[in-house]
Amino acid sequence: MSEMDAILSVRDVAKLYGGRGGCKEVSFDLWPGEVLGIVGESGSGKTTLLDCLSGRRTPDAGRIMYRGRDGEMLDVHALSEPRRRLLMRTDWGIVHQNPRDGLRMGVSAGANIGERLMAVGARHYGQIRGSANDWLERVEIDENRIDDRPMTFSGGMQQRLQIARNLVNGPRLVFMDEPTGGLDVSVQARLLDLLRRLVREMHLACIIVTHDLGVARLLAHRLMVMKDGRVIEEGLTDQVLDDPHHPYTQLLVSSVLPA
Amino acid sequence: MSKGYNFAYLDEQTKRMIRRAILKGVAIPGYQVPFASREMPLPYGWGTGGIQVTASVIGPNDVLKVIDQGADDTTNAVSIRRFFARTAGVKTTERTSEASLIQTRHRIPEQPLKEGQILVYQVPIPEPLRWMEPRETETRKMHALAEYGVMHVKLYEDIARFGRIASSYNYPVLVHGRYVMAPSPIPKFDNPKMDRMPALQLFGAGREKRIYAVPPYTSVKSLDFEDHPFEVQRWDKPCELCGASDTYLDEVITDDQGARMFVCSDSDACQERQKGAA
Repeated sequence: MSEMDAILSVRDVAKLYGGRGGCKEVSFDLWPGEVLGIVGESGSGKTTLLDCLSGRRTPDAGRIMYRGRDGEMLDVHALSEPRRRLLMRTDWGIVHQNPRDGLRMGVSAGANIGERLMAVGARHYGQIRGSANDWLERVEIDENRIDDRPMTFSGGMQQRLQIARNLVNGPRLVFMDEPTGGLDVSVQARLLDLLRRLVREMHLACIIVTHDLGVARLLAHRLMVMKDGRVIEEGLTDQVLDDPHHPYTQLLVSSVLPA
Repeated sequence: MSKGYNFAYLDEQTKRMIRRAILKGVAIPGYQVPFASREMPLPYGWGTGGIQVTASVIGPNDVLKVIDQGADDTTNAVSIRRFFARTAGVKTTERTSEASLIQTRHRIPEQPLKEGQILVYQVPIPEPLRWMEPRETETRKMHALAEYGVMHVKLYEDIARFGRIASSYNYPVLVHGRYVMAPSPIPKFDNPKMDRMPALQLFGAGREKRIYAVPPYTSVKSLDFEDHPFEVQRWDKPCELCGASDTYLDEVITDDQGARMFVCSDSDACQERQKGAA
């Protein structure tokens, strides 16, 4: 594949906070159906980069181009705000580390899943509820929880609900910030299985920020390692994890506790 | 008319400022125009917004009617009516048909309004999106971009929980196909009356400092789902005083044993009907 087919094309993106922190000189391409992992320690600029990519933070420099459904390349940060917000509702999904940031805690699970549908004009209650039921099943939440508020859900269920809510109207690109953070290992494993299945079924392009190399190895096709705001190493996941070149990556890989 | 006050209490500069806000509101139906709300000699929540709008549009030849929950004889209605009788010296009435200006809290009169009449609503919370989105910066953006999906989330939630749209007052409406508007806490029974009403409708929120308007003959559509259409409240019995079966009824407890009766909330319409029957 050539650069021409990339769904997201990032060039020299930088975002600094008062001259330090943030991220700088980040460039990469993402292809449809590909999962890109971004790993690095706390404060390495992963989340800042993700915020820039998903249009929620304006970078100081660089360009982020997204290929729309009609094949046209759109400069994410030069788009008018209504179009960018529309893109966020229709083409993109954002899964937050803390499900409370991504869910509406005051309304039922069904309403949470249906919100995106209603935001793009669905006005038939029965159909909205039908999709909500369908998606609860797909993320392995019991259908009779549809009218319960997310407040009554466990952490893992909340995270799955958040994923359902983001995928309900068939986005093409999903940003995930530590989707398994704060979950215990068995719940993590189920969530990872689920994510892997959904990404494959829906042919999603996906950017996953994580500090957990296990998550990266399971989900990501390709890996970027960040340190002090820069990308210090990138390549196929297995290649990076099995044969790290940069001293920091070597340190990172060797710091994983053996189970 | 008492001496020492400017006509209709407010000073002329304030009235001009409020009239500008009203004109802008009329020009953009349903859009909430910020204005520099003044302190009024009554507490927030008692109609400070409505009273400022009334003070700005009232003239010496106007005939004023004030209703609270449909009734002309409740404390709020009586004191606001007397306020304008004293500060503006205008004629007041309890008859809907005789009034040129009607200030209301929580109801629209049963008798259809005519061209030339003005209906002023007292509004506690002007922002219909507030319950779903607490940030003012965000709700303004949502209005600007007409992102109204969350209003249906609220209605969805109603149906999921109660089997029907249970919101019965302050039911959100779409004005002129563009802005979603809170009709103030009128019962949804009154929502259909707002649609293409010949009278001018002005809304004042004193504490929240917002004015909005619906010009005459403007479409006002209540939000709903295709398979759960908007509908208004119904009662099993007619009004026990006047026998009307097409009006909004209040339940009144009549003794300590729990006896109750249903009567019209619009006292003027009820009395007119009783007179006509007698």
